[in-house]
Amino acid sequence: MTGIYLTGGILIAGLLFANRNVIINNALIILFGLLQTVFTIYQCSNYRGTDLEYFTSDSLGLLFLITLTVVSLPALMHSYLYIKRSPETSHHSRSIYFAALVLLITSISAAYLANHIAVVWIFTELTTLSASALIYHHRNKLALEGTWKYVFICAISITFVFIGILFLSLSLQGTGSEDLSYSNLMAKSDQLNPFWLRLAFLFIFTGFTAKLGLVPMYTAGVDAKDKAPAPAGALLSSALMNMGFIGIFRFYMVIAHTPLHHWANIVIFVSAILSIFVATVYMTKVINIKRMFAYSSIEHMGLVMLGVAAGGIGYYAAILHLVLHALVKSSMFFQFNQLYNVFQSKSVAYVGNYFKYNSTGAIVLLIAFISATAMPPSGLFVSEFLIFRALFEGQYIFVLLLVLLLLTIIIWAFAKNIFKILFTPVEGFDDSNVPKINPWESLTQYVLLFAAVWLGLNPPEIFVDLIRESVILLQI
Amino acid sequence: MIDVLLIVFIITLLYVSIANRIITYVKVLALQGFILFGVTFLQLQEINTLNLVLILLETIVFKAIAVPLFLDHLIKRNNITREAEPYIPNFLSLVITTIIIVVTILLANSVKDDNLDKIFFIVALSTLFTGLYFIASRKKIITHVMGYLIIENGVFVLSLAVGNEMPMLVNLGIMLDIFASVLILGIFLNKIGDVFKDVDVNQLSNLKDY
Repeated sequence: MTGIYLTGGILIAGLLFANRNVIINNALIILFGLLQTVFTIYQCSNYRGTDLEYFTSDSLGLLFLITLTVVSLPALMHSYLYIKRSPETSHHSRSIYFAALVLLITSISAAYLANHIAVVWIFTELTTLSASALIYHHRNKLALEGTWKYVFICAISITFVFIGILFLSLSLQGTGSEDLSYSNLMAKSDQLNPFWLRLAFLFIFTGFTAKLGLVPMYTAGVDAKDKAPAPAGALLSSALMNMGFIGIFRFYMVIAHTPLHHWANIVIFVSAILSIFVATVYMTKVINIKRMFAYSSIEHMGLVMLGVAAGGIGYYAAILHLVLHALVKSSMFFQFNQLYNVFQSKSVAYVGNYFKYNSTGAIVLLIAFISATAMPPSGLFVSEFLIFRALFEGQYIFVLLLVLLLLTIIIWAFAKNIFKILFTPVEGFDDSNVPKINPWESLTQYVLLFAAVWLGLNPPEIFVDLIRESVILLQI
Repeated sequence: MIDVLLIVFIITLLYVSIANRIITYVKVLALQGFILFGVTFLQLQEINTLNLVLILLETIVFKAIAVPLFLDHLIKRNNITREAEPYIPNFLSLVITTIIIVVTILLANSVKDDNLDKIFFIVALSTLFTGLYFIASRKKIITHVMGYLIIENGVFVLSLAVGNEMPMLVNLGIMLDIFASVLILGIFLNKIGDVFKDVDVNQLSNLKDY
């Protein structure tokens, strides 16, 4: 089935690219949505099964795959609406946009399920290619600049990951085995050469931070989410970040069984705290709404990695946080286009009193804000609380205090901007040609946000089991 | 013989660090392609012939001929001026590159691993860091691309060190080469040159919060 899915995804992307007819285009998008759903259902039934030798449907991959599918179906729908409403879109750029979107979703799904580090790497390359086409959608000077930066930084990061894989193979040389699959690495973890393993971790970690959005490589991702159309930005800041996490986390599980565990935790701590710090600094100054969402994602990824580094309940909390964050952040991005249609601007300075023009959408924004800042009853409150508990139990009190302080500043900055958007009228705004927004277009956002609350406060047993299963190898 | 070639490779790095004209960079990249061809030929004796031929073709056709010709074409097409325009004086660049090489040699000497060919490790790491340094210290976008290509060559050297045991990794490295170079150079050829007339990184600073 994985073979069919990959071939199907690439084939549909190719057809979308070649086709210029609107009806066939829409039919192909629906077909891909069906394919993605069927594939996810198949992988659920095929739990722990291996396809094509390199794709195992393990609990972590499955969890993220379901999240991706839940997010990608509305992403396809909103992309359709977005393209339909922008009159300047030519047939050519429409077909490139959808082909790239389909390729992005396909390669992220494959990267989730891959059980071999080189296969993850290959699909990471593919996401760079497809994401760059999405970022360049508007074909103006700024989009080009964003694309160039994204491609260049991702190319360097991919090279870093490759160097890491080479070091990993050097570290494996003493063990008499040449298989770089995660299960083999795990089995041989006590024989790996620590010097090479250390270098491998540094390079692989640095490389994947470009996708995950942590210091040092986070910059490209922020520009990318700003310039890509919002429905694509939703995928870039949810599913793609989860892919970066999977790249790091699967390797981290190997490291956790070696004497380097403590050292790796320190590396992660430094990177995570710096990320939250950077996010705080930018959040207080940012006025571009999309960039504000992107910096908030960086903050959340910092928290997730803190959970991983703290250990204990932190592993569970980190994965829960990633799933919930993907739902919340994507609904925020989906909502952005309605906001843009009303005000024709993405600067906080020219946006205000949103409740007057689109109350359904304004409520989405309000709930999404409450969720993203992890105030109860948001589901993220639960996961963030568990991360703090893990830090407390791990006796990282100073880290905890610092992070709480930074988070307070972030909540203040975020709230200042969101309340300005929702309530404060803009002087001189001419509201005579504000379009009527169909409230039903906010339905998917409500569903996603409600799912985030439900999964956080009252998680179904199967969901908890999947997360437990994902981190079971770390309970040493 | 491999050692001689690899040492020549290191010397090319020192040469690039004091080069003034862009065309010198292109020539050095071509030379590095030929050196890599030689190293591959001598080093990868144990893998099967078909694979070896593929790898050799990649080094000679892609690295030594196609990419330099393409870069030359880009420079002419976009009327890029001939100066490399470093931020840092050439003499200082030379000193920094030397320091990078010395540090990697010291690092390599601290490694106690019989499986490793030290010279591959030294060449690869110093090429990597020198490439990063070139990217950080040069002004033009095209020199950034060249810095990236130098990094890729360094990575290729490192993959040769494990190539006999794991030919798959060398093939992956080739995939990375072709994929990333085509993507980066393709964007450059099609767009950057047309939109930003005088191609300088200082012009790529418009994308910020607004």
